[in-house]
Amino acid sequence: MSITLEHYLILSAVMFAIGLYGALAKRNAIAILLSIEIMLNAVNIAMVAFSRFITPLLLTGQVFAIFIMVVAAAEAAVGVGIIMAIYRVRGTIDATEIDLMKW
Amino acid sequence: MGIDAAFWILAVVAVVAALAVVLLRDIFRAALALVLCFLMVAGLYVTLSADFLAAVQILVYVGAISILIILGIMLTREVQRGSPSNKFRIPAFLVAVLLLGALAYTIFSTTWQVSNSAPVLPTTQALAGKLFGEGGFVLAVEIAGVLLLAAILGAIVLVREK
Repeated sequence: MSITLEHYLILSAVMFAIGLYGALAKRNAIAILLSIEIMLNAVNIAMVAFSRFITPLLLTGQVFAIFIMVVAAAEAAVGVGIIMAIYRVRGTIDATEIDLMKW
Repeated sequence: MGIDAAFWILAVVAVVAALAVVLLRDIFRAALALVLCFLMVAGLYVTLSADFLAAVQILVYVGAISILIILGIMLTREVQRGSPSNKFRIPAFLVAVLLLGALAYTIFSTTWQVSNSAPVLPTTQALAGKLFGEGGFVLAVEIAGVLLLAAILGAIVLVREK
């Protein structure tokens, strides 16, 4: 049995679910950032798989994957910056203790 | 056949590494597992005949983003605390399983119109034509450049000493 589009999509879904669990269940803000990176990579796998199997001559999915990487890089830089700023002010990066804006 | 074996090895290692990122208590080891996961995703791009994206994945994710995150861990390390779960552990697990079930149901109940034509190789020139050529994504490339500039400035402003 050869590898089909469904294999890649299921792999992507599994990685997205793992990342979602991490983003919801972790307390360390850096760990939440790591989980979001896993989710972005899972989406990229789905994009490239669609590009390979459904429109192999157009490459539009790969272009989308490049833009997702750009946004992921920007998100990682700003995310780490925010976490370091919070650590400097509050002395913790525990997401359950950063509740200043919680109603 | 070789592609099949490569897919299974890469997929299993990627999922195990992703699980390690989520489940390990030591945040630094979780970051190293994330680097392994990024490398496996780069290998998956190779099996999908996306050579340029595999190189970009290694340069941007394995090279830049992981260094940035490890730097963040070093500067905010809470060694004794590790990376425990919060009190939403079981609801989060249920939400993730529900989402996975919904996605799997959708994937298997859709009839995908798979094309049989061979992929473009190498993809670098074709991608450049797509990004910068006539009727391509030039406006989006410009906006991405502005976004990166804004992100760099924002990161500098956030981290700078007052």
